[in-house]
Amino acid sequence: MSRQASGFRAWVYQRITAVLLLLFFVYLLSTLSFAPPADFVAWVEWLSQPLVRIGLLIFVGALLLHSWVGVRDAIIDYVHPLGLRITALTLLALWLIGTGLWVLTILG
Amino acid sequence: MITTQKRPFFLNLLVIRLPVAGVMSIGHRISGVAMVATLPYFVYLLALSVAGPAGFEAAAQLVSGWLFKAFLFLFLWALMHHFLAGIRYLMLDIDIGIEKPVYRQTAWAVLVAAPVLALILLGALS
Repeated sequence: MSRQASGFRAWVYQRITAVLLLLFFVYLLSTLSFAPPADFVAWVEWLSQPLVRIGLLIFVGALLLHSWVGVRDAIIDYVHPLGLRITALTLLALWLIGTGLWVLTILG
Repeated sequence: MITTQKRPFFLNLLVIRLPVAGVMSIGHRISGVAMVATLPYFVYLLALSVAGPAGFEAAAQLVSGWLFKAFLFLFLWALMHHFLAGIRYLMLDIDIGIEKPVYRQTAWAVLVAAPVLALILLGALS
């Protein structure tokens, strides 16, 4: 990941995912504001629409990639001792992969 | 005779006089890291809400409590700050707003607008 997401490519990823996240959050926040799910059935029905489900999975992917690039940059800037830096990056990776797998078990 | 004048050298954020764009920029980072830290909590709420009618009720109960409202305000503040600062960075990438008075004004605008938008959203979501 660090080779793929380093330098210019990471910069590009960060901007593409930023725009995706911006659009999706506008949709999500307006849906939850103006048409909140009334009950369990309505909520599950909304979540099982193919477009919503695909959108959610793309959103989670973009969110995790954006989080990796952003927090990785912050760790590299502030955590200098190599051992500590590797530990922090490993914990971050586990945090994000764990979150992603959990979402997949719910929506996958 | 040459004397070296002792000049201050520090990067302590509590001592340094940081320009407003710097404050906003650090806010962008803090808000980002803070939101990443809260991610599993939202997945937990999602898992609970789809676990069945009882789970949905439990999740609905959770998100209507004052403790969650306080957390949600902070989260929305972070999100709105990150949004606005992010849009500002995307604009700077294409050379919009890089002149001296403008980039300071937009930094101020981000700092002020984020908590206001968060409050409005909190009201809309409640």
